[in-house]
Amino acid sequence: MNWTLALPEIVLAVIGLAVLIIGVLQKRDAVTICTMLTIGGFVIAFVLVLAGGKGSAFNGQFIADSFGSFNKLLILAGATLAAILSLDFNRKQGIERFEYPVLMLLAVVGMMIMASASNLMTLYLGLELQSLSLYVLAAFARDDLRSSEAGLKYFVLGGLASGLLLYGISLVYGFSGTMDFSKLASLLVNPQMASPGLIVGVVFVLVGLAFKVSAVPFHMWTPDVYEGAPTSVTAFFATAPKVAAMALLLRVMCSPFGHLLPAWQSLIVILSIASMVLGAFAAIGQSNIKRLMAYSSIANMGYALAGLAVGTADGVRGVLVYMTIYVFMTAGTFACIIAMRRQGRAVEQISDMAGLATNDPMLAMLLAIFMFSMAGIPLMAGFFGKLYVFLAAVQGGLWTLAVVGVLSSVVGAFYYIRIIKVMYFDPPAAAFDRRAPSLSFVAVATGLFTLLFFLFPSPVVDAANVAAHVLFK
Amino acid sequence: MMTVGLGHYLVVSAILLVLGIFGIFLNRKNVIVILMAIELILLAVNLNLVAFSAALGDLTGQVMAMLVLTVAAAEAAIGLAIVVVYFRNRGSIQVEDVNLMKG
Repeated sequence: MNWTLALPEIVLAVIGLAVLIIGVLQKRDAVTICTMLTIGGFVIAFVLVLAGGKGSAFNGQFIADSFGSFNKLLILAGATLAAILSLDFNRKQGIERFEYPVLMLLAVVGMMIMASASNLMTLYLGLELQSLSLYVLAAFARDDLRSSEAGLKYFVLGGLASGLLLYGISLVYGFSGTMDFSKLASLLVNPQMASPGLIVGVVFVLVGLAFKVSAVPFHMWTPDVYEGAPTSVTAFFATAPKVAAMALLLRVMCSPFGHLLPAWQSLIVILSIASMVLGAFAAIGQSNIKRLMAYSSIANMGYALAGLAVGTADGVRGVLVYMTIYVFMTAGTFACIIAMRRQGRAVEQISDMAGLATNDPMLAMLLAIFMFSMAGIPLMAGFFGKLYVFLAAVQGGLWTLAVVGVLSSVVGAFYYIRIIKVMYFDPPAAAFDRRAPSLSFVAVATGLFTLLFFLFPSPVVDAANVAAHVLFK
Repeated sequence: MMTVGLGHYLVVSAILLVLGIFGIFLNRKNVIVILMAIELILLAVNLNLVAFSAALGDLTGQVMAMLVLTVAAAEAAIGLAIVVVYFRNRGSIQVEDVNLMKG
């Protein structure tokens, strides 16, 4: 038993408890101190993941491999950006309470456990630790009706998803006799061994996880939760939990159930096509930018699922590259959305951005970079994400998927570029308040990543390649 | 004489699961009923796990059932807390009143 493999999670959990105590005892300015400690904790965990060994711990319940560490690094990066964004926003919204960073930290511990799960039990516990913290975060602005409604909806649908996932786990366990991923994989080497009960179980697990990545038709909660939750929370929801859920989906589908590819491939193809199409068309009519980002993230998850549908190492590499780019450009977009503030009030209509280019050329340019990247304009990072995914789909012979994907990203380009049109060509509205340096920092850092990714793609792509091959050895 | 076998447990559990899902989607009355429906789903899962565990002669399922019970308690606590917060803001917990945002 080698518990040091789980050191990043253990350290982060201990820091979480310590931050909770400090938050209670500290009378003045507890929030800033707690948030700084949380960000420090993320950085420590980042270093520990980088330096950590590889192997399996806790009787095969927990696995530390390159796939896990790639996703953990991405989760920590996304969470750090979201924590920086929350500093300014929560203070101005009057929801600065020290529980916020603590909940965020515990959610991240859950996500890291999800990325390292190698047993259905660990999978469930990690997922619940993440979900329970996120339910509370969604309802964090407790005097705001929209936030508490978002929390309520997220809780009900998330609870249903966990229930379905668990039911699937119980069927998989019952019809195979084990919950261990490697034992399941060796049991299913011959796909004829899989009983119908087991296949039903796998489908239930797939449905539960599809809820968490908000793939159509299990996306109903996403627009309402994104719109209702405080924007700092939405920024967090759109980045780290999506990576964790996608990592879990990749590992579960490719590692224990990899040999059942013929059974689940068509399901993933349907989920992917439905998400891409609905994400593209439903976003057109939106006037609220947060709601638009919700549909955008549904579409993005559709593109990422296209890589999973191929079921090869190349496909998984595409998903990992896609998720990396997605996290950075989404965090940047939300930094710009959080900067939208007039006379101390947060505004979130697309029409509020009219003429932003004359009032604040810097912010308009950054947002334009993110929108071009999301639309998949060549040389922006988002283009390469789509390229790797669709290339894998074509090589895997999934032509329909690739064609639908490219067509729906053309439709998607319409609403992204409409935002640019509003910013640059509409008559200017009143200027926004001065934005906080922390927002500018996040927006500029992620903007540079998005803009310059094409110069240095190899570190990300190589790491994703190594990570993807771990699932297929 | 009829003996109660694994199949019977699975059927009961499947019925509980379906009741739980219908409780969430067909219920137009009260949010508390939805919380009860979620609990019902988790109980269906527990019944499944324990029945499988007994049939397979393997303890893993029972360990998992204990974990599910614990998590279900935490989930109920958080759910009720969110409902209380919602009630303070809205003054009602009728399902048809949860409609501020479309969708």
